[in-house]
Amino acid sequence: MRRIISVLMENAPGALSRIVGVFSQRGFNVDSLCVAPTDDESLSRLTIVSQGDDKVIEQITKQVNKLIDVLKVAVLTEGPHIERELMLIKVATRTELSRAEVKRNVDIFRARILDVNANNYTVEITGTSDKLTAFEDVMSQCADIIESARTGVCGLARGDKALRP
Amino acid sequence: MKMMSGAAMVVEALKDVGVTHLFGYPGGAVLDIYDALHAQDSIKHVLVRHEQAAAHMADGYARATGKTGAVLVTSGPGATNTITGIATAFMDSIPMVILSGQVPSMHIGEDAFQECDMVGVSRPVVKHSFLVKKAEDIPMAIAKAFYIANTGRPGPVVVDLPKDIVNVQHSHPYVFPDDVTMRSYNPTVKGHNKQIKKAVASMLKAQRPVLYVGGGAITAEASAYVTKLAELLQAPVCSTLMGLGAFSSVHPQFIGMLGMHGTLEANKTMHNADCIIALGARFDDRVTNNVDKFCPHADIIHVDIDPASISKIVNAHIPVVGSVDKVLLQMLDHLVDNDFSGQKEKLADWWQQIEEWRSKNCLDYDQSTQVIKPQKVIQSLYQHTDGDAYVSSDVGQHQMFAALYYPFAKPRRWINSGGLGTMGFGLPAAMGVQFAHPEAMSVVVTGDGSIQMNIQELSTCLQYGLPIKIISLNNRALGMVRQWQDMNYKGRHSHSYMDSMPDFVALAEAYGHTGIRVDKLDDLDEAMARCFATEGLVFMDILIDQNEHVYPMQIKYGAMDDMRLSKTERT
Repeated sequence: MRRIISVLMENAPGALSRIVGVFSQRGFNVDSLCVAPTDDESLSRLTIVSQGDDKVIEQITKQVNKLIDVLKVAVLTEGPHIERELMLIKVATRTELSRAEVKRNVDIFRARILDVNANNYTVEITGTSDKLTAFEDVMSQCADIIESARTGVCGLARGDKALRP
Repeated sequence: MKMMSGAAMVVEALKDVGVTHLFGYPGGAVLDIYDALHAQDSIKHVLVRHEQAAAHMADGYARATGKTGAVLVTSGPGATNTITGIATAFMDSIPMVILSGQVPSMHIGEDAFQECDMVGVSRPVVKHSFLVKKAEDIPMAIAKAFYIANTGRPGPVVVDLPKDIVNVQHSHPYVFPDDVTMRSYNPTVKGHNKQIKKAVASMLKAQRPVLYVGGGAITAEASAYVTKLAELLQAPVCSTLMGLGAFSSVHPQFIGMLGMHGTLEANKTMHNADCIIALGARFDDRVTNNVDKFCPHADIIHVDIDPASISKIVNAHIPVVGSVDKVLLQMLDHLVDNDFSGQKEKLADWWQQIEEWRSKNCLDYDQSTQVIKPQKVIQSLYQHTDGDAYVSSDVGQHQMFAALYYPFAKPRRWINSGGLGTMGFGLPAAMGVQFAHPEAMSVVVTGDGSIQMNIQELSTCLQYGLPIKIISLNNRALGMVRQWQDMNYKGRHSHSYMDSMPDFVALAEAYGHTGIRVDKLDDLDEAMARCFATEGLVFMDILIDQNEHVYPMQIKYGAMDDMRLSKTERT
């Protein structure tokens, strides 16, 4: 089962490698990983998408929580939450038809064209992972995908719930 | 405010955290620190012969005292040589701080001479690590390292010190921190009251309770409380390999070690119990055997300071996160007002059953032969030390024989590498013990395989005059490997014997010690007496039965109590 694990940790050198280390040395799965400093620059927020049953996810959260640099761990998918991922995708638009098709789908998906060249467009899209994957599929049908980059999921709990130090 | 060099700060901070012994080996990156050590005499530096042994010595010191062991090594190979020692301490939750030299900051990442990313290499086997970047940060890093190492679930902590920050040319203000608390590190030590109440109710209800005591009881210095609980409940007590001595092995309620080479009565009792009270144990695979068949009738109360250990392998019905001593105190608080007058009667059937298992005498062995049996050697050792020695062990058959045939009445007397199973651990660990307790009897039980993995430390023993007694069970083979090959590989002894053994007596003498060879059973007692009557280090090379196996032994994929009792019998 797909789970989103959110980690609040010290923004310290080596902290990220320790977390990644827990996943590799204990054989836990990582689908995506997204990390950046928070509004409080001494802290980093890390969001990991992983697969596993309850027992595995419980071990992941406990083992990550055990790291000295980690302050809080929460499984976002256990409750109501918001999740977003951003993708940049560069597609070849050599013909009038493909340019029109790309533009039309960009509007439908509420994406944005960021860069326009004679032969390609680069599009930005934000949403859930499923939406991004759906957009990717549509793009591959109306144009050739040259390259794409995804940030991995980041998310927050809905309502009053929050990860604070 | 005192002004000093980074190197002097390292030494000053070690004094401030209370280090008495520093086990180490000098090299380029730590020469400044060694120079600062030269200028003082409150910390005793022990010069080892190999850095792995330095880590094991600090480990033995820590196990025997509960204090944090300290190690100082140089960068590169000095640091990497400690990894096995660090991993050993990590697996057994032993508090240790390893100070490693590092190449100057400006050369990190350039593949400089003797450069190695120690923080990276050690990462999977440390509780935490620090790469110190400014000399001013040295006192805080060292203070935090010692705090982290010996609180919560203890473990090793690495402090990597680049050469430029310990440079003796520059002076910096030295301030030892008053407070090392961290917002991200607050181990839970007290048990949750609701869980305590549930646990107590379950214990009181139990008809067939058993205490399963692990190393956490020793770490938490909880022996008195374990004994109190056991006696109140009248429950049988079994111990893990790491927990031996936490509850006296000569107590009538003690039913032995449990697990792969546990006693029949311990494993039977566990398997048939209706309430298992696990105290600082982690349901290791060497205990549980097949997890799916593990103790089907029991409610499991699991007390552990590490939440990640709870329900990791076996689901705990009543988890209690906290240190064993604090949690037991809370439990005893709830129990004292209870009327236990009927307890003995309530458990009468249970004890009758246990006594029946016990009467099988599963530790009996063939005493009709003139070949020296390893069991006999350990029993002789027990007699000649009045059961009061610190026994450090290496890894293999001799380790199991020592665990089974030397009853430990006190905690911190049994020093062995339980989790990682590190051959070569015994001798340096016994040295650490001897440094911690100069007047005590420090004994090593080892074998001809293990002892050769750190035999160079015989030289260190001479330098510091350590009167360690080495009991080497020499079977001219890697006994445990050979046993498995006998059992699972039709007796094909692939690379498990050595036909070029050194003359251990001559070797001991070459290192400046006494060597005694025993090859006749009739000489054993006299030789053992001579060993303990001789001043200084004695190396006992005892030629034992090459074909002896360790029994009882759990049968793979079976339940806890599916066991072989000898080469021909099973449960």
